[in-house]
Amino acid sequence: MSGSADLNRNRAVDWALILYIVLAYAFVFAPIAASFVFSFNSDRFPSIPLGEATLDWYRAVATDPLVWEGARNTLIVGVIVGVVSTALGFGAAYTDYRYKFAGKQVYMALALLPPTIPVIILGLAMLAYLSRINLSGNALSVIISHVVVCAPFAMAIIRLRLSQMDPALEPAAWNLGASEWKAMRHVIVPFCAPAIFGALFITMAVSFDEFAVAWFVSGLNETLPVKVLGFLQGQVSPRINAIGTFVFILSMTLVILAQLLLSGRSAKPAKE
Amino acid sequence: MRRPISLYGLTFSLPLLVWQVLFFVFPLLFLVALSFWTVKNFVMSPDFDTVNWTTMYGRAVFWQAYGTTLAMAAVAAILTSVLAFPAAYAIAFKLSDTARRWAVFLMVIPFFTSYLVRVYSWQIFLSDNGIINVILGWIGLGPYQMLNTVGATMVGYLTLAFPLVVLLQLFSLVFIDRTLIEAAHNLRCGRLRTVFAVVIPSARTGLVIAGLFCFILSFGDFVSPVYLGGGEPTTLSILITDTTKSGQQWPRAAVIALTMIGTLMIVAFAAVKFAYKGKTK
Repeated sequence: MSGSADLNRNRAVDWALILYIVLAYAFVFAPIAASFVFSFNSDRFPSIPLGEATLDWYRAVATDPLVWEGARNTLIVGVIVGVVSTALGFGAAYTDYRYKFAGKQVYMALALLPPTIPVIILGLAMLAYLSRINLSGNALSVIISHVVVCAPFAMAIIRLRLSQMDPALEPAAWNLGASEWKAMRHVIVPFCAPAIFGALFITMAVSFDEFAVAWFVSGLNETLPVKVLGFLQGQVSPRINAIGTFVFILSMTLVILAQLLLSGRSAKPAKE
Repeated sequence: MRRPISLYGLTFSLPLLVWQVLFFVFPLLFLVALSFWTVKNFVMSPDFDTVNWTTMYGRAVFWQAYGTTLAMAAVAAILTSVLAFPAAYAIAFKLSDTARRWAVFLMVIPFFTSYLVRVYSWQIFLSDNGIINVILGWIGLGPYQMLNTVGATMVGYLTLAFPLVVLLQLFSLVFIDRTLIEAAHNLRCGRLRTVFAVVIPSARTGLVIAGLFCFILSFGDFVSPVYLGGGEPTTLSILITDTTKSGQQWPRAAVIALTMIGTLMIVAFAAVKFAYKGKTK
């Protein structure tokens, strides 16, 4: 990769590019790092130099019953969304892997398009539609909307895993007398297991962070990100940093778990 | 593998189809119907009246917001693409395989941090007594007003789209046939010229798609324009939230939303066409 034969390789330019990478990552991580640092900082209007180290904001968050309620809603919604989106995404991924049919392009568009629609439009459409069919303003409406957005992610993750599978594996199981259902249970699902759990964690993480659609449809059953939006609208409050740090750690745990699952076994593809 | 329709196949195919038709296609179609409803005394009733369209399209405020949003999203797409490209290029061509894997992993992390929290964090940097103004003060500059400006909104758009654009650009760059680049070098094509004559045309599809995603994200975002831009100038997304959340003017909000979808479809179609131009897909 180093391409040592390049005639016009220039050290100064290389270093400038490396420096640029560092700056790019500094830009990306500056707000994340600042949020972490200032969550332990006493100043009401955070800036430098830093005030005293404190856990006050965490305490303020931990003693706020509304935050707990939001966290509970987020968790319930996230877990259900994860399970449902993964199930739907698995079905769609398997459909794409195995079947050819008329209108498949439309099917795939429905399976992949929702995340590209701006959340604010989706939020409005969901609010109007769900209140029309009397499903708006509760946790269920958030679950319904989040599955629409999350299922495509699950589908993509599981589809990627299926494409690593030897296409002869399933027919081999049939030839050995397994029914389609048995082959699914003993061949496809075990092979996809890491991707299934990966998709579960990723979709949960996506749901945990989604605030716009949830803000439109949740009514009084606000999820935590919707609460954060409320804090942002009200007086500026470093509590956001405390919640942000907490949610960041939670999301990263899920993502790293997913990463371990997805990379752990794909090292030995197509044979299990 | 064409097979007759079976219970087995339907068990896996149907749930997603049903769900997305019920809760994705129908809500969007309902939005169309809603835009023709009328509101009297804060109560919506089904109707077929073009009043919402004529009212909204007759307002200067609406067209102002439309122009602003379009311009800001376009600037964001170009700015983000230009700023992201050197980073994607360097990650693709200057890093070892291991370092590149880490770079990708690190660029994925922002997707799982709350955008709201990051926007709040930028307030800490950009406010009048914020980190940047304090640092500028040390060398005798400022303070400058940075929060509640269009520039701050752009920082927000960058926060939203930069990681995604870098990743998409990166994926199109690593798939470039490297022998092309070596050939260009062997033919004494300079570095910069190689980038513009070989690398960028080869990666065009990915670069355009990356820019398109940035456009879509910025076009629909309401967080940065409100909490970093201070709500000025009004964008379409602000207009939608205001119209929806205050009063029962959902039909008018639907008009704005449909106009946005229409615009996005035209832009996306043009971008995809340009991205694949001259390619046998």
